Amino acid sequence: MQVIVNGEPMTLADASSVADLLNQLTLTGRRIAVEVNLEIVPRSQHDQHRLREGDRVEVVGAIGGG
Amino acid sequence: MSAVQEHPSLPEDKPLVLDGKRYESRLLVGTGKYRDLEETRLAIEASGAEIVTVAVRRTNLGQNPDEPNLLDVLPPERYTILPNTAGCYTAEDAVRTCRLARELLDGHNLVKLEVLGDEKTLYPNVTETLAAAETLVKDGFKVMVYTTDDPLIAQRLEEMGCIAVMPLGAPIGSGLGIRNPYNIRMILENAKVPVLVDAGVGTASDATIAMELGCDGVLMNTAIAQAGDPIRMARAMKLAIESGREAWLAGRMPRKLYASASSPLEGTFF
Repeated sequence: MQVIVNGEPMTLADASSVADLLNQLTLTGRRIAVEVNLEIVPRSQHDQHRLREGDRVEVVGAIGGG
Repeated sequence: MSAVQEHPSLPEDKPLVLDGKRYESRLLVGTGKYRDLEETRLAIEASGAEIVTVAVRRTNLGQNPDEPNLLDVLPPERYTILPNTAGCYTAEDAVRTCRLARELLDGHNLVKLEVLGDEKTLYPNVTETLAAAETLVKDGFKVMVYTTDDPLIAQRLEEMGCIAVMPLGAPIGSGLGIRNPYNIRMILENAKVPVLVDAGVGTASDATIAMELGCDGVLMNTAIAQAGDPIRMARAMKLAIESGREAWLAGRMPRKLYASASSPLEGTFF
């Protein structure tokens, strides 16, 4: 299935979870926050939350700023 | 601090308290525009700041997993991380950014709200700022709000439940200093929450002026990061903030139009 991650299309195995996505992106354990279709998916739900075709995922972190 | 010990008659300074936490330093610093993370770390250490602002952005998906990130060099166990909503032009984007920041920082509710109006001036969009503040306060956020130096808007933001009001001294990144000290004074006169100058400081004397006006603190980024030697400027700012605070506590002499001799006229032999 295809999802959009940070604005870029990405192919994932069907029924992948948020945790699977983060694993594929080698972001497991990093300090990040995930939003799917404008709704935050709390860290505690990364394992359970299944992604669906066309989901828009944002993976964000803290960077330098004023 | 040492001056207080040497002169016990001086009143003890009250600590800066934000969201129930006491801070020794009244300098808050941004983490943008540094050459690299090591320079960021060293400058922030030299500044003595305990509160540091960060931006929330998309993670670079191609990055090397071993590459350190900002929160590795500025651990939240040591610093109070103040996520900002920089780059947001609508209340909706600002609220969304704050919610992501809260998730990112494990439920931490302290945020710096800034909703901008225009790319050229980066001036606050006051109507969107008010709308965002209302939503965020209801949602349990502790909002430190960047705003114009309009005393009525500052008061309104306080009444809405913002925990600190942060008027600009001059546009973000301009380094023009405190352009309207009289407005800052008016804001201070009415405020019951901490007032911090956010944006506009260019050099140490600007920070001192803000503190001499009675501000509770100053937030800056570019003045340190874009200085010739950011680490040295960070130290200068630390001293400037302390000097300005001490001068404000001490109470300055009145201004007079004409001279008043410092040496006695009695006992002259000429």
